[in-house]
Amino acid sequence: MSGSNGLLVDLKNVDKVFKRGAEEIHVLGGLDLEIPEGEFLALMGPSGSGKSTLLNLIGGLDRPSAGSVTVGGQRIDKLSDRKLASWRARHVGLVFQFYNLLPVLNASRNVELPLLLTHLSAKKRREHVDTVMSVVGLSHRMKHYPRQLSGGEQQRVGIARAIVTDPTLLLCDEPTGDLDRKSGDEVLELLQTLNREQDKTIVMVTHDPHAAARASRTVYLDKGQLSLEPVE
Amino acid sequence: MINWLLQTVSVTRFSLQTLPERKGSALSSVFGIAGVVAVLVGVLSIAQGIRLMVQNSADPDNAIVMRSGSDSEMMSGLGGTQAEVITDAPGIARDAEGALASPELFVIINLPKRSTGTDANVPLRGVSRPAFKVRSNLEVVQGRPFEWGLAELVVGAGAAREFAGLDLGSSIEVGGEQWPIVGIFEAGGGIAEGEIWADAAVVQSAYRRGNSYQSVYTKLASSGSFTEFKDSLTADPRLNVKVERAADFYSDQSTVLRGIIVGLGSLIAALMGLGAMFGALNTMYTAVSARTREIATLRALGFKSGPVVVSVLFESLLLALVGGLIGGGLAYLAFDGFRAATINFQSFSQIAFAFDVNATLLKNGIVYALLIGLVGGLFPAIRAARLPVATALRES
Repeated sequence: MSGSNGLLVDLKNVDKVFKRGAEEIHVLGGLDLEIPEGEFLALMGPSGSGKSTLLNLIGGLDRPSAGSVTVGGQRIDKLSDRKLASWRARHVGLVFQFYNLLPVLNASRNVELPLLLTHLSAKKRREHVDTVMSVVGLSHRMKHYPRQLSGGEQQRVGIARAIVTDPTLLLCDEPTGDLDRKSGDEVLELLQTLNREQDKTIVMVTHDPHAAARASRTVYLDKGQLSLEPVE
Repeated sequence: MINWLLQTVSVTRFSLQTLPERKGSALSSVFGIAGVVAVLVGVLSIAQGIRLMVQNSADPDNAIVMRSGSDSEMMSGLGGTQAEVITDAPGIARDAEGALASPELFVIINLPKRSTGTDANVPLRGVSRPAFKVRSNLEVVQGRPFEWGLAELVVGAGAAREFAGLDLGSSIEVGGEQWPIVGIFEAGGGIAEGEIWADAAVVQSAYRRGNSYQSVYTKLASSGSFTEFKDSLTADPRLNVKVERAADFYSDQSTVLRGIIVGLGSLIAALMGLGAMFGALNTMYTAVSARTREIATLRALGFKSGPVVVSVLFESLLLALVGGLIGGGLAYLAFDGFRAATINFQSFSQIAFAFDVNATLLKNGIVYALLIGLVGGLFPAIRAARLPVATALRES
């Protein structure tokens, strides 16, 4: 779904202002960002710098106060809530820091969730789930509930859920933030594989330079502006 | 549309699966609503019981004649001659012994209630010989009928149950003398079961009424004979009477009482319902709050707001339905058939009746419960749907 010039994501002059009572908090100001299709981009910056906000804007989970957000050639900031939900379901895979698995569903049912938004038959859905569970190396954990899985396994289920609809864009918010180093490395390895072998475009928010080193490019966010170097 | 339904079913199933984690608030909501429905159905079953008793009190071919302008038998008065004229009117059923018309007296005696010991006005009815034929469902079930011409009493089963001293074989003071109770009668659960009966002529004597009555009860040749009967009496210059079907008369007699009970019951239920609604609101707000991250995750994945709204509403309605069923069941077990007596403000006398929890009341109770559930779930559902996804993900 790439746009012109091979760009998948194109943010122009984006402002994001939050209101807390009468107070206005400017999180992003006049921000520009271009992400080519197939890139693995790491987004770093101090806490409160607006990394997650930026990720939410790219994923259509939030809207900019000003500016434009174009993904795959489509101005998603202009879409209605309803269309935006459908757009997310088709084009975006989300990976959360705390996995956000539904505790009442087992691993395969959690992974199947996004497929419920498609017209696939139950049999097809099962085939897709089997495939992605195999990709993340958890075919033997299909019937396990989140509470029966380790943190690393839960995050791999989360990644399986994110890729089960075969989205172009994967948005990962601190995917290793809640994991030990070994599990974190496994998750990062998996993301790298998805990027290299399946051409997934990945935007990953992280505090961890070790994680960011896995990305093909790292940008730094501070005081609402991007830079190529960390701000001291 | 199919996709929307699939989303709705899925989201609803997830939310119901999380119910065990929220059983405390869910149960408090269920039992809050159950209490409301039990009270509503219980109170309305009193009015329904009275309505049923009234229905059972008269056949369609029964009519009552009183002095014009009288709202109750207590306020009526008919001379003996007038009673004879009424008895001779066309349209009345007749058998070998004559017209099925019973001139009657209606007086009040004081007796203590068995339940509280407080004095209550118990109706004593003096009847004429055809009275037992006029009321087709009347039957002496214990003892025997009173002897005509003797100071003897038969007591309705409801009166015997509710008022002290009305046991078979005992006697009570009537007009300054002790009258023995020689029989207990049933009347299909109708008003007569709350009365004491005796020979009208003996009651006239005991209360120095001369040859006067207060009403004439008749059995008509057929239900269709009413107009002929009424027209002949109202057109007769010797009479100044009102003629009603007995069923209408009884219904009118209990209008005020039923109105008070229904009004009070509805008021109590409305107030309790308000409390239960806030309980349901709290439960569903808690549910939405506890599932903020789940709801936000589902919506982030692409689930739309509609299914989320429906799932919250469905859960609220389900809890309300369970509460309604429990409340209705409790009301049925606790109240159906429960016997009591209360003052009828229009006749100034006690009426004995049984609470009646019927299917209509249960259905209304459940509808009320669902209404509480609907309102209780609506605002939390809207909140769940309007939660900004990004904010909700961050909050969790």
